[in-house]
Amino acid sequence: MRRRVASRTFFDTLGLLVVVVMLFPIYWMVSTALKPGKEILSLTPVWFPSHVTFDNFRGAMNAPFFWNDVVNSLTVVLSVVAISIALAFLAAVSVARFGFRGRTAFIVMVIAVQMVPLNALVIPVYLLLDRVGQVDSLPGVIAYYLAIVLPFMIWTLRGFVANVPVDLEEAAMVDGASRVGAFLRIVFPLVAPGLVATGIFGFIQAWNEYIIAYVLLSSSSKQTLTIWLASFTTQHGTDWGGLMAGATLTALPVVFFFLLVQRHVAGGLTAGAVKG
Amino acid sequence: MGVAGDARASAATGRNIEAGPWRSILARRLLPYALIAPAMLVILGVLAYPLGMLLWLSTQRYGLRELIQHQGEFIGLQNFETFRVDPQFRYVVTVSIIFTIVNVGVSMLLSTGIALLLERVSRPIRVLLSAGLVLVWATPSIPAIDLWQWMFDYEFGVVNWLLTRIGVGNYIHHNWFENPIQGFTVITVIVVWGAIPFLTLMLYAGLTQVPRELVEAAEIDGARPWQVFARVSVPILRPVFLVLFSLSTIWDFGVFNQVWVLLNQRPNENYFLISVYSFQESFRVSQYGLGSAAAVVMVAILVVVTFAYVRQTVRLTEEAV
Repeated sequence: MRRRVASRTFFDTLGLLVVVVMLFPIYWMVSTALKPGKEILSLTPVWFPSHVTFDNFRGAMNAPFFWNDVVNSLTVVLSVVAISIALAFLAAVSVARFGFRGRTAFIVMVIAVQMVPLNALVIPVYLLLDRVGQVDSLPGVIAYYLAIVLPFMIWTLRGFVANVPVDLEEAAMVDGASRVGAFLRIVFPLVAPGLVATGIFGFIQAWNEYIIAYVLLSSSSKQTLTIWLASFTTQHGTDWGGLMAGATLTALPVVFFFLLVQRHVAGGLTAGAVKG
Repeated sequence: MGVAGDARASAATGRNIEAGPWRSILARRLLPYALIAPAMLVILGVLAYPLGMLLWLSTQRYGLRELIQHQGEFIGLQNFETFRVDPQFRYVVTVSIIFTIVNVGVSMLLSTGIALLLERVSRPIRVLLSAGLVLVWATPSIPAIDLWQWMFDYEFGVVNWLLTRIGVGNYIHHNWFENPIQGFTVITVIVVWGAIPFLTLMLYAGLTQVPRELVEAAEIDGARPWQVFARVSVPILRPVFLVLFSLSTIWDFGVFNQVWVLLNQRPNENYFLISVYSFQESFRVSQYGLGSAAAVVMVAILVVVTFAYVRQTVRLTEEAV
């Protein structure tokens, strides 16, 4: 008995240690952002800001192109989310509700395409968009992001649609609803959480993307936030307080949305892997 | 056409069939295709077509002149021939493979450890640990790289101070990126830190599905904890391990952002992982043909790894449906 208590205490201590090691970097980012410059550039680390200041955040928000790039990021992300949800939902219904020739091939394509590294495709995409004069424009980036998020969204939504029993629809039709009516009244509300979850997933992916935006959007006025963060580093060095404040600001919306949906995201990525 | 597979769908609509004219039957046949068409169009147009073009570009000389003319010059497999004799490319591939093995290995090892730990800690600690993992998971990669860059800063970095303080050595004003082995260690820390939450939570989810009775039976038969893990849990978790191994390999073999952002967009040749090399050749040296060929090599290596993953996933889906 005593041995069991001792091992419990040992594991708990180890667990706490893991928490501290994993979370310290995030704490350090936020606390640096809240420190006055003197405490940031100190040879002995200042573990807790002596007085919290929002100067770094103010500086980041007043930095050139911040609001401009917030608008760019939002434009890209919201377009991607709106279009991709519609397209992914239609495809998911098709895969989950109908058997048709080529269905397996479509599923294989959806899974396989997620495995193509984006870094490999950035070269032809750049040359293609260059040919049609769409380099340094948001629509090119939006189209590309759509293709990035669609496979995963189709995949996740397929699970949500398949989980709605066909019997429910049938029951509605027995009660006199048309097929479309049954679908809109029964399936759609049940799948709505899935739509929200995948929509937020698309939001996060598009918000975080770096390499495509980096290559395709060359002028400062067209850039997205992830690219904007590099502007804190100049030949004279890095403005760490500003960079940490900018990083915190960039991370905030994603962290917020992520916490809302993480359950669904985890389930979708390895759907069925455990059940097998 | 698809009659057998259509059973479920037609069961739902079966009673409408006699009422519906042949037109609606035809419409029902075409409906699934109409539904996937838009998504298909985007995926094929924006992913498959560039992928084909990438293959095509890898057989071309495509420099600045060709970029202006929008027309490459066909040179067959000459780009790949260049790689075969180029010591730099050999270095790039070797380093990428070693980097991938180390990163996948360390991430999987630590994640398995933390997942097992999650099973054994008391409830409040478990909640705290899972919440912490989710928070790290939620942190976007670019801000994460920036914060690690700050932690490893040579002058005011907290890591240098800490290592000096606990007596590992004198790390005051230590530049981590002078020596590529140390530099890659920092990159590994960033990659592993970012990968742990997802891997751990997936493995923990898998572990909770291992039937309690099996574990107890093994314990009654006198199995040690590690034997229970190796002989009971691991075989049951095999599909999960396979998926996580494949995904990690794909992610770690394609690492680009960590190198690029950490080294302020100017990594020196020692830090050329294959995706960095491909990017550098294309967008810095303007040898798009050569860069594409490197990307093709990268995709080719990944296809082998991916194959196992795709097969597994498709098989499980077919079973589920």
